[in-house]
Order: sequence, then C-alpha cells, then structure tokens
Amino acid sequence: MDYSFVFLILLLPLFSFIVLGLAGMKMPHKTAGLIGTTSLGIVTALSYYTAFCYFTAERGADGAFATLVPYNFTWLPLGQLNFDLGIMLDPISVMMLIVISTVSLMVHIYSFGYMHGEKGFQRYYAYLSLFTMSMLGLVVATNIFQMYLFWELVGVSSYLLIGFYYPLQPAVSASKKAFIVTRFADMFFLIGILIFGYYTGSFSFSFAGDVVMADGTAPFIPVDVMKAVAAGGFILPTALVLMFIGGAGKSAMFPLHIWLPDAMEGPTPVSALIHAATMVVAGVFQIARLFPLWVEYAPGQMSIVVWVGVFTAFYAAAVACAQSDIKRVLAFSTISQIAFMMVALGVCMPGHHGEVLDNHAQLGFMASMFHLFTHAMFKACLFLGAGCIIHAVHSNEMSTMGGLRKYMPVTHITFLISCLAIAGIPFFSGFSSKDEIITACFAYSPVVGWIMTGVAAMTAFYMFRLYYGIFWGTENKELHAHHTPHEAPLNMTLPLIVLCVITVGVGVYTTIAGFAGWGGSFGSFVTASGAEYNIHFDLQVAATSTIIAIISIALATYIYKGEKQPIADKLYRTFPKLHRAAYKRFYMDEVYMFVTHKIIFRCVSTPIAWFDRHVIDGTFDFLAWGANEAGETIRPWQSGDVRKYAVWFITGTVALTLVLLCI
Amino acid sequence: MVPIEYYFVLSALLFFIGVFGFVTRRNLIAMLISIELVLNAVDLNFAAFNRMLFPGELEGFFMTLFSIGVSAAESAVAIAIIINVYRNFHSDQVNSIENMKF
Amino acid sequence: MGGRCIMANLIMFIILAVVILGSAVMCVTTTRIMRAATFMLFVLFGVAGLYFLLDYTYLGAAQISVYAGGVTMIYVFAIQLVGKRTLQGLVERVKTSRAVCGALVALVSFAVVALVLLKNEFVSKACCSADGGEVPMEVIGQSLLGSEKYQYVLPFEFISVFLLACIIGGIVVSRKEEEK
Repeated sequence: MDYSFVFLILLLPLFSFIVLGLAGMKMPHKTAGLIGTTSLGIVTALSYYTAFCYFTAERGADGAFATLVPYNFTWLPLGQLNFDLGIMLDPISVMMLIVISTVSLMVHIYSFGYMHGEKGFQRYYAYLSLFTMSMLGLVVATNIFQMYLFWELVGVSSYLLIGFYYPLQPAVSASKKAFIVTRFADMFFLIGILIFGYYTGSFSFSFAGDVVMADGTAPFIPVDVMKAVAAGGFILPTALVLMFIGGAGKSAMFPLHIWLPDAMEGPTPVSALIHAATMVVAGVFQIARLFPLWVEYAPGQMSIVVWVGVFTAFYAAAVACAQSDIKRVLAFSTISQIAFMMVALGVCMPGHHGEVLDNHAQLGFMASMFHLFTHAMFKACLFLGAGCIIHAVHSNEMSTMGGLRKYMPVTHITFLISCLAIAGIPFFSGFSSKDEIITACFAYSPVVGWIMTGVAAMTAFYMFRLYYGIFWGTENKELHAHHTPHEAPLNMTLPLIVLCVITVGVGVYTTIAGFAGWGGSFGSFVTASGAEYNIHFDLQVAATSTIIAIISIALATYIYKGEKQPIADKLYRTFPKLHRAAYKRFYMDEVYMFVTHKIIFRCVSTPIAWFDRHVIDGTFDFLAWGANEAGETIRPWQSGDVRKYAVWFITGTVALTLVLLCI
Repeated sequence: MVPIEYYFVLSALLFFIGVFGFVTRRNLIAMLISIELVLNAVDLNFAAFNRMLFPGELEGFFMTLFSIGVSAAESAVAIAIIINVYRNFHSDQVNSIENMKF
Repeated sequence: MGGRCIMANLIMFIILAVVILGSAVMCVTTTRIMRAATFMLFVLFGVAGLYFLLDYTYLGAAQISVYAGGVTMIYVFAIQLVGKRTLQGLVERVKTSRAVCGALVALVSFAVVALVLLKNEFVSKACCSADGGEVPMEVIGQSLLGSEKYQYVLPFEFISVFLLACIIGGIVVSRKEEEK
C-alpha cells in the first residue's frame, strides 16, 4: 500500500491557511469559508481512506499493525543528533487523524452558521486551518522534536483563536494566560526532550515495534536507551516526568489547568475543537506516544501521572458542580475527563524488560485512547450544542436559560444524548470507554477505582444539573419576551446530529460487543502492544458504574428539574462557603495571583528589572553615549572643505614618508 | 648636461607651489590652475628621470605624453563642473559647495 | 665641445627655472584670476622649454599645443563665463592664517621630498649615463601604435576613448537645463 498521499493531509490545511491568511480579507465570507471547509473535507476523506487502508492491512508477526513512515527527512543535522521532519502512521496516530479531521470538519461546517457575519470571518477560518495543520502534524510526528515543533504551533493557534475577539479585554487576557501557562509547561517539555536526546542520542520514537520506512526517507537514528540507563537510572524517568509536565500544561492537569476555563472566551466552535476534542488531549497523546518508555523505564513514576490525574479529575468535577456559566461547566468537565484518560494511562502495570506488552495488564492504554476518541465526539457535540444555545439566548449564564427544550428540539435531543454518553449510560459511547478505564483502575488499586467511580458519578450529576438548568426549569420570561429563542440553522444542527450519530453508533456497537465479547471494537485497532484485544466488560464494574450513574442522574433530576428548586436553594444556604469556594474554583486563580504578584514579581522580578534597567541598560546607554560623543567629535572633520582635506592628506603622506625613512 | 638634482629640486618646488596654491586659494578655477602646476611638476620629473637614468627607454616620455592628454581631458570636465556649480550656486567659491559636509 | 655645451645647458636651465618658479609663485599668489591663468601659461611654456632642453622635442611641442594652446584657452573661457566679479578684479581675500598654514605644509613637505630625492643613490648613477640625443619621430610613432612590449597602442586607444568620453561628459555636465 502506498501512503505517499498522506503529505496532503498536512499540506492542504497549510495551503488553505496561507491563502486565507494572505488573501482572505479580499474575499467574501462565503468564499473564505468554503476554501477552508473544502480543504478540510478533502483532508477528512484522506484521513478516513488512510485509516481504512491502515486498519484493513495485514498485521505483522506479533499481531501488531506495522508502523509506517512514508516520509522522513533530515531537517537540521546537528552532528550526532538530527532533527527530522516526517510522517509516521501507527494505530494511535491514525486514530488521532480520524478524531481531529472529523471534529475539525464538523467545526468548520458549524462555524458557517455560528460565525455568520462576524468581522474577521476569513481570519477565523485561516486560524482554524493553521490549528488543524499543526494538530495533524503533531500526531503524525516521527520524533519528539517534530512533535514539540507542532506542539508549539498548536499553542500559537490556540492563542490566536482564544484572542479572536481581541477588542474585548477578557479575550485578550485569556489568550495571554493560556499562552503563558502552556509555555511555562512547555519549557519543562523542552528540557525533557533535550535530556532525552542528549542521553539516548536520538529524538525518534523508533523504539516501538517494526518500522517500515518508505524509499528515500531519512532513517531513524536508533534510540540508545541502554546508554541513558547506564548513565544513571534516574535520567530517563526525569526526562519523562519533565515531558509529562509539558503534557500536563497542554492537557490542563492540576495545577496547570487555570488557563482552560478562561480559554472559553474564544468563539464556542473553537472551544469545541481545541479546548475539548483535540489540543487538550495532546498531553494524553504524548504520554501514549512515549508509553513503551514509561512502562519499561519509569514504572515507578507512573504513579505521579495517576495521582495528578485522580486529583484533577476530582477537583474539576467538584468545581463543575458549582459553575453557572455553561461553557465553564463544560470546560471543567473536559479537564475532569482528560484526567480520566491520564489516570488510565498511569494505571497500566509495569512491563518487564524484553517482554511483549501485556494487553490485559495494560488495559488502561487502550481505555485511555478509547476514551479520547469517544470524549472528542460527545464533548465536541456538547460544546457545539452550547454554542447553539448561546447563539439563541446571547448569554453564557445559566440563569438566562431554562425551558429551552420547546424552542430548540434538535439541540435538546443531541445535548441529552451527549450528556447520557458522558454520564456513562450503556449503549452510549462514553459508557464503554469509561467502563474500561474504571476496570483498569480497579486492577491497579481499589482506592483509585472507587475514587474514579465517584468522579464518574459526579460527572453524571453536574452534566444533568447543566442539562436541566438549560432545557428545563424556569423559563426566563422577561428575557424571552422581546427575544424568542429559536432553533439554530441547519449548518449548525447538522454537525450536532453527525456527532450524535457517531456517539450512539459507537456506543451501541461497543456495548453489545463488550458484553458479548465480540471483536471489531476499539480494542481491535489500538492497544498497548498493538495486538488485537477483545474488550470484555467486567460485569461487576459495569453494573456498579451504571447504577451509580443512574442514581446521580436521578438525584440531579430530583434537585434541578422542577420550576422551583427548593433543595438546591437549601443546599446553597446550608453550605454557602463551600459553594462559594467551588464557584471560585477553590481559589486557584487567587493562589496563582498571590504567588506571581506577591512573591515572584516582588522578590524576583523587581530586582531583576532594577538590574536590567540600571546595570544592563546603563552599560548599553554608556556605549551608545560613547559612540555618539565620538561621532560628534569627529564629525566636524568632514567639513566639506576640500582644501582642508588636501592639507591633511599631504601631512599624512609626509608623515608616512618620514616614518619609512626613519625605518 | 644639467645635473639631475636640479630637475628634482625644480619639480619639487613647482609641486609644492602648486600645493600651496591649492590649499590657499578659494576660487575654484584658481585651485584648478594650481592642480595644473602640480601635474606639470610630475610630468617634468618623469621626463627628467627618463632622460637621465634610462636614456635608452621611452617609458617616462610616454607617461608624460599620456599625462598631458589626460590632464587636458580632466580640465575640460572640471571646467564643465565649475560652470555648472556657478550656475546652480551663483558662486565660484569653493565654500559655496559645502553642503556635502556632516 | 662638452664643457661649453654643458655650461650653455646649465644657463638655459637656470633661466627656465627662474621663469617657471617666478611665474608659479605669481600664479598662486596673485589675486586676479586672469593673471593667474596668464602666469600659468608662462609656467607651461617654461616646462616646454625644459622638455626641449632634455631633447624631448616632441614632448615640448605637445606641451605647447595641448596645454598652452588648448587647456589655457579653456581656462580663459571658463573665467570669462564664470565670474563677473572675479573678472573685474573684485577678488578673494586669502586668510593669513591659511596662507601661513599652507606655506608651512608646503615647506615641510618640500624639505622631506628634497631629502628623499637627494639622498638617493641614483643621483650618482645618473652622472655616468650618456646623452641619448633627440628621440626620432619614427620611434615615437612606432611605439605609440605598436602592440609589442614597450609599445603603447592600448593606452593610446584608451586615451582616445577617454578624451571622447570627457568631451561628451563636459557637454552633458555644462549643458543648460531645459526649462521645465
């Protein structure tokens, strides 16, 4: 099979970015949108075709799909180390291609309606193309350094898109915050990469499985892990943990999560694409990419991943229960769900050197990727649904909504389905993936298992709190009097329906397959070792989590469904401090403000600024002053008086002659 | 035969009289005339060297010949420039064309 | 014949030297531009005389025809065209300080150059060299238009083109600008 066409997957969005970026302002909105959407459509088709070819190909001797490298060239040779750029296809990158292109295409179509008539429509599509290109480049990277390059590009496009409404102050601050926080984390990532590259002599991922290189590609420099191990047992774990910090920044793990809720200032489709489905899972993807290294050489450090994930999941779920802005609820729900994926990766049992990875012990890897896939679909659907609602009522606050189910039937149904999926109800996609995660957690430690079950219950609770708050409850008559909410146009509802169909379709098949033990489910494509694995639900876990989810939903229904909400009010009055703390996200932003403003700015930055202003600037000012003075002094010599020149010329000549004579 | 030192001294004197004129005069044409004196001093030196030191050769002779031609051309162009300067600045004094300074 | 001939040569040289130096000094010190040009003419004639004295008759002829005939004419025309004030004798004032400075530079430089010239040993070498006599016209012509070693057709052609370029340049530079 010839995969040489895959370079188009990266090139088309880049091309559309350049065209729209350079000439977009001269185009009508519709043309610009069509250029972006068409190129993305082709990319989606190519991704699906690639996935089809890849996953229907013969498996290798060890039961895994071969890792293909259709393109790889040396971009920057640095003596022993090379920076390569290329495209690598393996199960997780192909799976990510599908996720990214699908969600991105849906967002492109949706934005036609959502961004209709906005100023900067063309710019918006240009940024979307840039983002999609970077994200696709990130997942198909052949080496850590290329991954880092695209990782930063993703960060930049995220910055641009969050700050899309740049005349508004909150958008500007949010974009800066997102950029600075993720950059701060990326610094650790870079240090990790450099440590890794320095000690292993390579940046490539080629440690895993068979790699089929296409003709004419630059070969990988093999990773010499033994050298790193010989240099000291702590080096590889340190590098991996540093890289994890970078991943935690992008994936909004506690305590680097603070940028994500603010990032909701961007246009809602952007939140769906970047801050729910694709970019924020880059950290999870990074861990999955380096997974063989983690389980072989840093199994002890995986507990860091687990506990950071567990805490983040719980914390985000708790905060989500108290938020009133619907996008903030979804943002915290995203943080919580990504933490689920992190936990699932962390709970994988350590491998033993030289053995084939055990799919059963490392169920978490498959579960994490599966959850990444399903979460991307239903969370994108939720965000796009939220976008429809915001579009209809022109506000993010839950208090302005209520009773919208009559006005917006399509949005209502799709939102409900997605809520059921995220809550983990059987026959919806979230159930299958979350159930695998919880099974993996119980295999690791019952404590983690129970905590994650509890967080899953909280998830169901706050999602239905959100659902009832939007679609049921008291209608805001006063607001609706002069502006009746209406259903969104077809180009906005169509993506919702498509994503819902995927959610339900995947959910129904995987649920049945999981109970019956059929193949063809997600485990057939992406697993830790690459060999096929039939998902088989643990009935005990499945039953427990389903019952708990149903109880949570019932609780939410009981509290929030009615026109009046006496229990909610009573709870609020009983624990005002708790509510306030949760609403304020347990004061994490204030802690950051305190640390940065009171401690870092005052004790570190002020002296540095003084030093910079007085010592460094002073030095350069002195140099500039000296040059200026010297210039002023010798300037009159160029008097324009040719006779003076002649005098000096002759004097010089004579002096030179005398000197030569004396010698 | 006249001793060669005499020629040397004569041409050196002529040369530095020319230099003195160039340095002191303000009138552009007077400066040009001084340059002609300098050139003549050099020409004279060439001819004298050739005659006194290498009587069989003709290098100095032709150098002088070409120098005469070149100085004719040079003075033609210089005069053209001076006329232009006079037209533009209404002055033929050297300090009138000092706007190139600084 | 030697002694007397040398004597006559020396007397001629001294006369010419006096004319040249005197005219040159007058040329650079006179305040009237027209006089300066006239004194320059005398200098040129004197130098031509020296060429004759050196038995370079052709060179002397060229000096008189090109310099005295051509270049001086250009100067005279230029003076006529340029300065009504200078023409009428309303002339520049030479600053004393500048004159002193110039004189100082000139004197010191002259001293150095004279030192260099007189200290050299080729002075003694010149004493024993023979008198070459008149350069025949045929030799000059052959040398000017020949392309062998020590023959000068290339510079000759080059200087012709150069003169042409200068003529065109002179016309272009001094041409009156068209009315806009």
